[in-house]
Amino acid sequence: MAGEGGNEAGGSASYISHHLQNLQFCNKDGEWVWNDCAGNFWAVNVDSIFWAVFLGLIFLVSFRAVAKRSSADKPSRWQAVVEMIVEFVDVSVKETFHGKNKLIAPLALTIFVWVFLMNLMDLVPVDWIPLASYMVGIEYMKVVPTTDVNITFAMSISVFLLIIFYSLKHKGLGGFIAELTLHPIAPPLKGPGIIAAPFIIAFNFILESVALLAKPLSLSLRLFGNMFAGELIFILIALIGLFQLPLHFGWAVFHILVITLQAFIFMMLTIVYLSLASEKH
Amino acid sequence: MDINIGTLLGQTIAMIFFVWFCMKYIWPHILNAIEERQTKIADGLAAADRGQQKLEQAQAEAEDIVAEARKQATGILDQAHARANEIVADGKAEGVKERERQLAAAKAEIEQETNRAREELRGQVSAIAVASAEKILNREIDPAAHDDILGKLAQEL
Repeated sequence: MAGEGGNEAGGSASYISHHLQNLQFCNKDGEWVWNDCAGNFWAVNVDSIFWAVFLGLIFLVSFRAVAKRSSADKPSRWQAVVEMIVEFVDVSVKETFHGKNKLIAPLALTIFVWVFLMNLMDLVPVDWIPLASYMVGIEYMKVVPTTDVNITFAMSISVFLLIIFYSLKHKGLGGFIAELTLHPIAPPLKGPGIIAAPFIIAFNFILESVALLAKPLSLSLRLFGNMFAGELIFILIALIGLFQLPLHFGWAVFHILVITLQAFIFMMLTIVYLSLASEKH
Repeated sequence: MDINIGTLLGQTIAMIFFVWFCMKYIWPHILNAIEERQTKIADGLAAADRGQQKLEQAQAEAEDIVAEARKQATGILDQAHARANEIVADGKAEGVKERERQLAAAKAEIEQETNRAREELRGQVSAIAVASAEKILNREIDPAAHDDILGKLAQEL
């Protein structure tokens, strides 16, 4: 595909856009159709969901195997690997999040491993899986779920909802509203300056709301942007013919750092946001 | 790259399920194993420390016991030497005594034997004297008359 696409500009453009097209499934005019979903708000990116769930299940099954047979005495090699990851996440959580919470550590572990696995699909040569699925009649196949903005947004919105939930739980509704309105400029509550208070509160509210909303937005767009750009570069490298091999190798080596780092950042920021949400002032 | 609700919802549900599963069935088990091992290692190290201390104590005790035993052994050896010397000395004295006893017995026997022989000899000599005297004096001396004189003679010999 790389060879035939590289010859002409139109070919390479269609090659790239073909690679960036999700396999979609939606209901169009009362009929369920594949890949005719442009602008359809209710469509499902089947390939993203499939790979995300598939990789998530790999995570669950492989870690569950350890959890079921975990013994303190004679850890198997795989158990040692899993425990290393678990302990790494546990330390990260404990360093940042003080207080008791049963959800945050497993959430961080799931996010870290899952995002890492989804990013890892980027290292599979870009044509292998799409070509194989093309041969069995599936026209589009985007194998890296984190290059789909829906996937990253779904995760960051879940985190965002947890932020709201923990803010309300630990600070109460009043505390949460106070946090949104009384910072960063404390409005004067006495004297003639009280006239200015509503404006200051409005100003604070706008500022804090933007800051709050920027959290999920930056969380998802950072991951999406990194992975999308990486994927795009892999696709571009695939276009240049035979010389792609050393370039592919170089970019893949660099990308190993990126995928691990992005998984770690997503996990770490989740922990930080949630610990900020459950802190009392 | 369009936002679509289907994917968002699907991924959110998947994430909720995965996090729930991880929280329920993965995280606690693995962390328990890790913590259990940590306490075990800490206990093991403490036990090793205690063992080391006990070993040192035992070694000190053993050294004391060995020193004591050595002292006792030296004492016993000295005693044994003394006793052996005593026995040897005793034996020597006994030997000397025995030898003297044997010597005395032998001497007595020899004396007895000598006396007996002398007695016998005396008898024989007196018999020979009497016989020779008899022969000499056969004619003139009456043995019955002079027997007392001969007896006195034999006694003086």
